[in-house]
Amino acid sequence: MGHDEYQKHDAKILTPSFIVLLTLTLIGFSLIAVRFIKGIGAVTNMSDGYPWGIWITYDVATGTAIACGGYAMAILIYIRNRMHYHPMIRSAILTSMFGYGLAGFSVMVDVGRPWNSYNFFIPSKWQANSAMFEVALCVMAYTTVLLLEFLPAVLTTLEKTEWKTLQLLLDKLYARMGMERPERIGERLDKVKEVAAWLKPRLDKVLIFIIVLGITLPTMHQSSLGSLLLIASTKLHPLWHTGFLPLLFLINCMFIGYSIAILESVISCYAFKRPFETKELSGMARIIPWLTVIWLSVVIGDLAWRGQLGAALSFDFYSRFFLLEFGLVAGGSLLLFSGRKRESIRWLFLSAALIVLGGALYRFNVYLIGFNPGKGWHYFPSLAELMITVGIVAFEILGYQVLVKILPVLPKLHTRQQLDEAAGQAVAEKA
Amino acid sequence: MKKPSRRDFLKIMGASGAALMAGRVGAEASELHQVNNDTLGMLYDATKCVGCKACMSACKRVNSDYGSLAFEQAKFDSDGLWDAPQDLSGSTRTLIKLFKESDKQWSYVKYSCMHCQKPSCVSVCPVSAMTRDKVTGTVDYNKDTCIGCRYCQIACAFNIPKFQWDKAIPQIVKCDLCKNTNLAKKGITACAEVCPVGAIMFGKRKDLLEEANRRLRESPGKYINHIYGEKEVGGTNHLYLSAMQFNKLGLPVLAEAAPAEFSEKIQHTIYKGFIAPVALYGTLCFVALKNMKGHGKHQENENKEDSDHGA
Repeated sequence: MGHDEYQKHDAKILTPSFIVLLTLTLIGFSLIAVRFIKGIGAVTNMSDGYPWGIWITYDVATGTAIACGGYAMAILIYIRNRMHYHPMIRSAILTSMFGYGLAGFSVMVDVGRPWNSYNFFIPSKWQANSAMFEVALCVMAYTTVLLLEFLPAVLTTLEKTEWKTLQLLLDKLYARMGMERPERIGERLDKVKEVAAWLKPRLDKVLIFIIVLGITLPTMHQSSLGSLLLIASTKLHPLWHTGFLPLLFLINCMFIGYSIAILESVISCYAFKRPFETKELSGMARIIPWLTVIWLSVVIGDLAWRGQLGAALSFDFYSRFFLLEFGLVAGGSLLLFSGRKRESIRWLFLSAALIVLGGALYRFNVYLIGFNPGKGWHYFPSLAELMITVGIVAFEILGYQVLVKILPVLPKLHTRQQLDEAAGQAVAEKA
Repeated sequence: MKKPSRRDFLKIMGASGAALMAGRVGAEASELHQVNNDTLGMLYDATKCVGCKACMSACKRVNSDYGSLAFEQAKFDSDGLWDAPQDLSGSTRTLIKLFKESDKQWSYVKYSCMHCQKPSCVSVCPVSAMTRDKVTGTVDYNKDTCIGCRYCQIACAFNIPKFQWDKAIPQIVKCDLCKNTNLAKKGITACAEVCPVGAIMFGKRKDLLEEANRRLRESPGKYINHIYGEKEVGGTNHLYLSAMQFNKLGLPVLAEAAPAEFSEKIQHTIYKGFIAPVALYGTLCFVALKNMKGHGKHQENENKEDSDHGA
């Protein structure tokens, strides 16, 4: 498991998409400034009936599921023992890191009194009955774990860097000020390199324990994201309010995780003009239908048990959203049962997209669409509210785009051939 | 490489599933919460209320500083002569509304915190900013701990906690039974103190229930034969009597079980003694280490074979 499986993507950073994403990010962040100056009501359509809007529903509840690529890949590689997927994990972890980091950031934008958040670390304030308490601690811990998991990429770069850009910048700066550059700076930079070189092997030794923590924590908080709505028994529609919410959310994040890993790989290979990772992706796609079949069976079994199958097929407002969610997940999975379709990038992309949409719609149904606080309350996000979410997502993509160009994240291309062979072997063994 | 089996994977799935299933079984075994009738509450009799709103103004007068309450201006009232809240809000803790079914059928209703025996808001608050006083039964809110996540609003079946959406430094607003104001000074809530017709009775829950039952007994034709809040969501300390269907007055039809019991049972069983997460971590560590080792050996063997061939 060397760190030489990865490479930087050599390309210009300042692309047109960079400019577009940067603009969206800036719009979003200036609206966040308005929110902090004028209050949450000034930018959102949230109300006392719908106290959780699109920020919690998308950025937190759905965004972290979409950021489960790293979790799903880690299970695949370390628990299911498919080490030949290892070169793909770093980019999955990077997207997870952005997804979770920004979910945490969104929460800080969403909550009314963020300066009191330190209470999460004061044992006398702990409230173990609250699923939110569990989610908050786990998400904070997992974000830290993701940073640690990503650290080797940074350390490798630090170790080898010549600080060329920085040196150039410093030279210019000092020349401008008409001063000579002190030697100290060079020494200090060398020191950083030394520390990175010292830290890396030590981190490598304990990394597996951190990785396993990175599998345990999402298992805990993804199920708790479902538990959050257990309390709303009078407000959440019976199609979705069930004691199985935690289990459904857990399985849901797993199949979203694998599907999003496929989508990300296809999109980044397309955008960065790299060869598609068809073999790895079709191997990964084999797992998805098994997960979705379990999920769909639990959903149907639970509805039947609670006598809600009639409501599911009544074609009213709620039933339609339920059927759409169910159909998207089931449809995407059906495609993946076909071995031939799994070999095709187009079909893989389509089916993964359907499953992500269906899985995400499930979370929207639970948090927003199936949530009815009573007569007289309505919610649809305001433009500013949406733009803040768009800005945060844009920042996420922007960060990914830039970091893969300055750090070794994507799978190294010359090892690709070996990878393909290994994957081919595994498939042959299976057959 | 070891032939990867679907079984390994299903095992993990099974383990997490089993933990959750155990939650459902264990749920029935755990004890139910006890209703404490010595706690404080109020009985609102809608048939006595004349809709003068003295309770509303008294509440604001007494609690405005401590409870962050403010006057709300009506659209037609450009001079700001009246306080005219439309609903409970970030400025208003208690409210009188009129429900008019026909010219002869109408009723006032008073809204404020129900002070549940097993409050959902207390159960879900992640930082213990919502608390229930064990002795008085008052459900209180502490803005100095609150992070403003509004989970209490999601959880409350009565939609009572309100958030100050228009403020840069917002807080949750809800009735605290004048805990630090009128109750501390005069031993009675401000709304009950000023009510000119005795529609709001303040006292211990057992006395309130006794009085409510007496009224139901003595004038059976006058009331709907139900004390709202006696059994709803595990019992509330704010009780209602009315001549009209309670759900018409905006008091939802609710089951007798407290929603917080259902959610806590599931949450508790998954995280009981933190055993399941630790066991999960341990098992996964074991599997991962085994896999890593297997992989290392596999590579070594390969290298060895290569060098053998080379030799």
